[in-house]
Amino acid sequence: MWSFIHKLGSPRWFYAISARLMPWFWVAAALLIAVGSVWGLAFAPADYQQGNSFRIIYVHVPAAFLAQSVFVGMAVAGLVFMVWKIKVADMAAAMMAPLGAAMTFIALFSGAVWGVPTWGTWWMWDARLTSMLILLFLYLGVIALRGAFASRDSGSRAASVLAMVGVINIPIIKYSVDWWYTLHQPASFSVTSRPTMPLEMWAPLLIMVLGFYCFFIAVTLMRTRSEILRRESNKRWVRDLAVEGR
Amino acid sequence: MPHEARGLQARQDASRTGEPGGGLAVAFWATLKRDLVLLLRRRSEVLNPLVFFALVITLFPIGISPDPELLATIAPGLLWVAALLAALLSLDSLFRGDYDDGSLEQLLLTPQPLPLLVLAKVAVHWLLTGLPLALMAPVLGILLSLPVGSYGVLALSLALGSASLSLVGAIGAALTVGLSRGGVLLSLLVLPLYIPVLIFGAGAVQAAILGDGASAHLAILGALLALALMLAPWAIAAALRISING
Repeated sequence: MWSFIHKLGSPRWFYAISARLMPWFWVAAALLIAVGSVWGLAFAPADYQQGNSFRIIYVHVPAAFLAQSVFVGMAVAGLVFMVWKIKVADMAAAMMAPLGAAMTFIALFSGAVWGVPTWGTWWMWDARLTSMLILLFLYLGVIALRGAFASRDSGSRAASVLAMVGVINIPIIKYSVDWWYTLHQPASFSVTSRPTMPLEMWAPLLIMVLGFYCFFIAVTLMRTRSEILRRESNKRWVRDLAVEGR
Repeated sequence: MPHEARGLQARQDASRTGEPGGGLAVAFWATLKRDLVLLLRRRSEVLNPLVFFALVITLFPIGISPDPELLATIAPGLLWVAALLAALLSLDSLFRGDYDDGSLEQLLLTPQPLPLLVLAKVAVHWLLTGLPLALMAPVLGILLSLPVGSYGVLALSLALGSASLSLVGAIGAALTVGLSRGGVLLSLLVLPLYIPVLIFGAGAVQAAILGDGASAHLAILGALLALALMLAPWAIAAALRISING
């Protein structure tokens, strides 16, 4: 187990192992998202109150899930990088940040679009919308800080520290904003409690969430692989690879 | 290695005799005193945030409306946001001078734990920025016709909250001290992390106006401060090491 993790920490091994893993995640992501969206958009019953507009949930909720987990993933990768100096972890963290920011934006945007038919407005200073907006700012801060340093190593370590500080603050921000004001419907989807919606609506949502996670893993693997090639471009194994490819 | 052995021996002797030249408390007080003296010699740097605070508060009645009733309803939030921005303004200089003249490196090289010394620097920042802002806020509250009876809570909430602001802000200041133009980036990093303090700080004043009793809000501000006191010094120390070595 430990030797596997150590191997994974070496860029070369990560490159080789991820080559074998990546196709599976792509296939799983494509299948799950295809099944989930067709089921959710065409076959799931319409909501008795919201009609067909509720179907935005099949994009909104997975994106919101991912937005929060990517930040945690980024902070964990930052911790691994800071403690064990594993460069691959930092590359993965660097590649996760823009994706997480994009997911946060998708969750905010789809929420705004959903707000028009249900609340009658694009934006409400509702607790969850607000904490999502703050999350977007945290992502932008991490991305900006990493880019601001002339030396890549300093930028990596600074971004790792900020990601860890952010991840401690996210629950505090979330609860304080909840205290501040809330209008949003309670969480419609949770792993621990019984679903509040019928199975026909809930199953495609679960499939979409899983599909989004697979998509995220596949994209992160792919982007980390190209980052490895970019950063290690002066190493012999990368040159050999380039020669073979030619 | 006789030299090292002698050094070790000397250190052991020193620790046995209570280490008059380098104990924790001595180092803490020395850093505190040094920073206080340095800042008090540059009075304008202490006064600038206060003038900024007064100026921003002056802008609001001009920009919104001089109507006392309207001003009274938004006064808690205005005072808190303006004080927060004033505290933010002074953050950039927290480590900047020490970084430029090299004494920050000396601070990093001292045998005493860096988090403790950093805590002394942050304490000075709070003493000369947060505390004066808190003392000045009631005066500006009069200008905004803040209801009587909330002045004490306003000052107390600002005094408590600005200590957390200084601690959290110092993380951002330490991360950006090595960058030549860190000012805007600093606010981008730090402002999202300020939101919980703002919510409970402004909430305390609101509660005092409504007569609900502000003790719950003040207690949470105290809890946030306790958490920040516990964790922030380590993050600041780690961030400083990144900024110096980079």
